[in-house]
Amino acid sequence: MHIPDGFIDLPTSGAFALAAAAGVAISIRGAKSSLDEKTAPLAGLTATFIFAVQMLNFPVAAGTSGHLLGAALAAVLIGPFAATLAITIVLILQALLFADGGLSALGLSIFNMSIIAVWFGYGIFLLVKKIMPKKKVSIGIAAAIAALLSVPAAAAGFVLQYAIGANATFSVSAVLAAMIGTHLLIGIGEALITFFAVGAVLASRSDLVYGYKNQVSQLEIRANK
Amino acid sequence: MKQKTFLISGFIASLFLAGVVSFYASSNPDGLEKVAGDIGFIETAKENTNSDGVLADYGVKGVENERLSVGAAGVIGVVATGAISTGLFFLIRRKPGGAK
Repeated sequence: MHIPDGFIDLPTSGAFALAAAAGVAISIRGAKSSLDEKTAPLAGLTATFIFAVQMLNFPVAAGTSGHLLGAALAAVLIGPFAATLAITIVLILQALLFADGGLSALGLSIFNMSIIAVWFGYGIFLLVKKIMPKKKVSIGIAAAIAALLSVPAAAAGFVLQYAIGANATFSVSAVLAAMIGTHLLIGIGEALITFFAVGAVLASRSDLVYGYKNQVSQLEIRANK
Repeated sequence: MKQKTFLISGFIASLFLAGVVSFYASSNPDGLEKVAGDIGFIETAKENTNSDGVLADYGVKGVENERLSVGAAGVIGVVATGAISTGLFFLIRRKPGGAK
């Protein structure tokens, strides 16, 4: 869902770039409290892993592929503020080094994937976690459901941008239906990858998982150190 | 598992995915591209300003072997993302013992 140059006009792209910059600035402040000597390298590894898995396009419906977005995965592993930063770094490097996503559209893409997908995904994660039994496997399931829905949420962000400032004149409702439908399918792949990745970290170092340790008592975290 | 072991395993897994598995990735258009093509607004896309870059489209310019080209681009991307993101996260982290 890396937006190329030209889809959305420059004024709209500029406005979303400002909104994205504000979100990133807030996230830098917010991430400070969740990042320390122990979690900063995990946050770096999360960004690295997401970059790698974003290269792995899997086939979805006829003639379409999708790849991990990683927003819900990152939010659960390192918290939503650090996740916004991780996805943003990946998107900037992809645009600058690999010509993946237009430079003028970078703010649009960051807004959709680093902000909407991360925060919407994290909200869903918290909701699902709340109604699930307090077990480790619930974390993986909540993360997977968050992942599934975070992808169409990011797609909806694009449709909003299209509605405001598209350079084309095709109907917004057609774009909405196609974008949500396709990205729900991609969301299934997103959910599977997120479930297994969160599960792998929970199995080896559950103390590092932001979305898990928040429900374990502070005392237990101290004892683990 | 020790934190160091965990981080190194994760990094090696990322190198393997981007350096080796990426060759087998689907080259079909992604969701947005497909929708843009089906509906028609793909026409408004402009050529990427970095499309002449050495690593554009996840390949190393001048390397003919596709497997090598995409694999090397993936490894470079993993190393760059790892170094830059870990560096930035360390810069903004809570300093030990320091006031907030």
